[in-house]
Amino acid sequence: MSVTTLTMNGTLVSAAEGATLLAVAREHHIPIPTLCHFEGLSEVGACRLCLVEVEGSNRLQAACMTKAVEGMTVTTNSETLRSYRRQIVELLLAERNHVCAVCVANHTCELQNLAVSMGVHHVRYEPQAPQLSMDASHPRWILDHNRCVLCTRCVRVCDEIEGAHTWDLMGRGRHTLVISDLHEPWGQSESCTSCGKCVRVCPTGALFEKGTSATNKDPHFVTYLKMAREQKLWNR
Amino acid sequence: MESLTRPRVATVWLGGCSGCHMSLLDLDERLLDLAERMHLVYSPFMDIKQFPEHVDIALVEGAVANEDNARLLRLVRSRTAVLVAFGDCAVAGNVTALRNPLGDPMPVLARSYGTDTSRIPGVGANAGSVPPLVPKVHMLRSLVAVDYYLPGCPPPADLIFFVLSELVAGRTLNLQSRATLG
Amino acid sequence: MIADDLAAVRERERTAISLSTARIAVCSAAGCISTGGAAVKDALGAAVIAHNLSGSVRVLGTGCLGLCHAGPLMRVTRGDAEPVLFTKTTPAFAERVIAGLPSGVLPLEQRCDLQQPFFTRQHRIVTSDAGIVDSERIEDYLAAGGYTALERTLAELHPEDVVREVSLSGLRGRGGAGYPTGLKWSTVAKAAGHGTFIVCNADEGDPGAFMDRSVLEGDPHRVLEGMAIAAYAVGAEQGYIYVRGEYPLAITRLKTAIRQAERMQLLGHRILDSQFNFRIDLRIGAGAFVCGEETALIASIEGKRGMPRPRPPFPAEAGLWGRPTLINNVETYANIAPIILHGGAHYATLGTERSKGTKVFALAGRIVNTGLVEVPMGMPLGEIIFDIGGGIPDERQFKAAQTGGPSGGCIPAAHLDLPVDYEALAGIGSIMGSGGLIVMDETSCMVDVARYFMEFCRDESCGKCVPCRAGTVQMHGLLTKMTHGTATDRDLALLEQLAELTTRTSLCGLGQTAANPVRSTLRHFHDEYLAHIHDHVCPAGVCAMNGEDPR
Repeated sequence: MSVTTLTMNGTLVSAAEGATLLAVAREHHIPIPTLCHFEGLSEVGACRLCLVEVEGSNRLQAACMTKAVEGMTVTTNSETLRSYRRQIVELLLAERNHVCAVCVANHTCELQNLAVSMGVHHVRYEPQAPQLSMDASHPRWILDHNRCVLCTRCVRVCDEIEGAHTWDLMGRGRHTLVISDLHEPWGQSESCTSCGKCVRVCPTGALFEKGTSATNKDPHFVTYLKMAREQKLWNR
Repeated sequence: MESLTRPRVATVWLGGCSGCHMSLLDLDERLLDLAERMHLVYSPFMDIKQFPEHVDIALVEGAVANEDNARLLRLVRSRTAVLVAFGDCAVAGNVTALRNPLGDPMPVLARSYGTDTSRIPGVGANAGSVPPLVPKVHMLRSLVAVDYYLPGCPPPADLIFFVLSELVAGRTLNLQSRATLG
Repeated sequence: MIADDLAAVRERERTAISLSTARIAVCSAAGCISTGGAAVKDALGAAVIAHNLSGSVRVLGTGCLGLCHAGPLMRVTRGDAEPVLFTKTTPAFAERVIAGLPSGVLPLEQRCDLQQPFFTRQHRIVTSDAGIVDSERIEDYLAAGGYTALERTLAELHPEDVVREVSLSGLRGRGGAGYPTGLKWSTVAKAAGHGTFIVCNADEGDPGAFMDRSVLEGDPHRVLEGMAIAAYAVGAEQGYIYVRGEYPLAITRLKTAIRQAERMQLLGHRILDSQFNFRIDLRIGAGAFVCGEETALIASIEGKRGMPRPRPPFPAEAGLWGRPTLINNVETYANIAPIILHGGAHYATLGTERSKGTKVFALAGRIVNTGLVEVPMGMPLGEIIFDIGGGIPDERQFKAAQTGGPSGGCIPAAHLDLPVDYEALAGIGSIMGSGGLIVMDETSCMVDVARYFMEFCRDESCGKCVPCRAGTVQMHGLLTKMTHGTATDRDLALLEQLAELTTRTSLCGLGQTAANPVRSTLRHFHDEYLAHIHDHVCPAGVCAMNGEDPR
């Protein structure tokens, strides 16, 4: 396997061939914030938090989807980028009803943690306060659209890892909603296998377990499942 | 005479649960320490009805839920040098603003008092008995300029102490990653 | 069908045309149909039979004749005499026209001066068949020289020659971005292997724009021929036309045209008895503006939700089902046959240094001649608006021209001498766009215009990336506040910041350009924003300014 060398924030770093800028940064402990990215799932480049500056290009590139190229010069934390990231987090906080104080994900929420790490103490934008529903029809879990950031991790884990494709999106723009099957109550979904993977990848309190006051998130199980499948750990 | 040179501090309670003020009380003996460095001129803890002039620092708890909140907030702003949004309701609306998705206050009032409007305070024939609710709950920033934001539901006592200590000492506040909503 | 058969069809049709004493073309594009054009055409047909003129008078439904505000338009050609164009025709008028034909006396009223600048200053390449070719008859198109370019391509040119000719022409994408067409074709041709696709983007969605619709409705074979030549050049055997569902007439005409072309072996297997196979299928859009963005369009054709994905990889390398895919706009394909017939070098004589050929514009808004025009690149905007467009009605003052729809910008009077050229328009904060040209007078408020376009983008955002989905909502809210007179300087600063954010960080072109109307009005009409914010006054008198906070 050939190795690529590039410059990240002024430091020479090496990368495996075909690695994304995000993977390279993580390997070298260079922090880049992400939200739609989830280790082991496909990339969609939707949250725009991982945008980085690549020398020679006037466009910002999503680190999660940009391959490292020999000789590339990348900046991951300029003042401009930090400002954009703060704005994006504020836009998300103003978009739906993220009431941290009464959310099951309070203090385990990735959006909240992003806000803390970026020093977002308040939101400059008008809260939209849309009227959104919750789906509590499933016996074990609840979907709360008020907390959803439309990262589509649930959609992808259900499709790519579980193979059920229960979740998908409907509507567009600010009316986009995560739905189960053809917009039927989750509890009546015929495709849902009740595996719970979606709940474990949800970055916020949009998907959570009934009867708990805190969410049970797990950042590593998808990579474990993929590794186990590839190495046929369960084939006897 | 020394007390005249100390910063004049006020704390204000708008549409909130007073949890932020409770957290302020959690400073315990540190309150005594602070009391020596500032001059508390207005607070729900005190028996004072009028918001005074020439306030240096005001911690404002709660969101703007009724017209009296709005009037008081504007008065506070006009008489205060440094206005701090104190807690999540002041910073972002929080629980007080939970009714906003419903459109107007009526669904909430009807839930509490029934649909018979003659029994709802501040509405119809009962107008004037209590300040009328504003159609939409506002975070402070939507109505006035806010100088600093102290989030938390409630903000932890340690953080309140830090903020008051900094402001009383006349320093610029920089919370960076010390504070969080929720 | 082989070349000889095709020649025979052409000859037969040309003879029939030369034997006829009169040809009466009724505009059959959606604009004139909406004002009763179909009834006029029916009345003409009935009158021809009633007056026993079937052998000598031909009635045809033709492509857009341009003056949409004066429709239904009727163009009468008799032998070598100058054609006569009648405006605002009715079935009764049609009867009078036919009744007068035997004695050679045509009505004197409702005539349109064909020597006015609207007609003489235009340069028609893409729309050259309007008034000549019946939109639903392939024989008419053949008689006018249609499919000659395809014939010549298959008989005489190597694929590389075609690409070279298109490169030489300097043609750039007419969808708006202006990417050099020849370069795109050569990229796809190089990437080609088995299963290359070509796509015609007919998802025209800008408010006030109807160039592509007019071309599809009026001259569908021109587009099919352009696509077939492109397919030959890049080695594709399958093409798709992605046309929006809101264009039922265009869809009908395309279906008819594809069927006719297949029957004559101009599409399908072994076209004109060569080794070249090419099939075209229609895909109907379901009304999402974002599906005009090429990666979203690809997803939509694949049967997925129409959402864009980051590029690279570009569709030229990995498009439909991961295969190299050539995507061009309707007008781009409509330029291909003339380029092949007359040579790329000849095409390149028209236009400016970097923008060649002609551009079709849909004139709309506060302008006398609302309609469709085709002008050479490089023509100053002022000439299009005042000479061709006839200026502003009701003796009002010109205020701004909006090009490029929701992705474009507003151009003030100070820049009326600006030539129509991709770089020149971009230089002042607008874009060429697909050809929508909306003219505004002093009764338009530029803050309100910006708000209108932002509302459009907000509603058409696909919802995938945060800056576009949520940023457009916030920008729309701030603009609405301004139109209510409740905005502050802080709101203006937030608006400017958000405009930069969505431009720089959005995933696709929709979000990246959504703030253009805001940015260009902020740039050219800053005082108007300040009047709303500081003086609580809307200078144009459009905004409510009621002091109420928008909810």
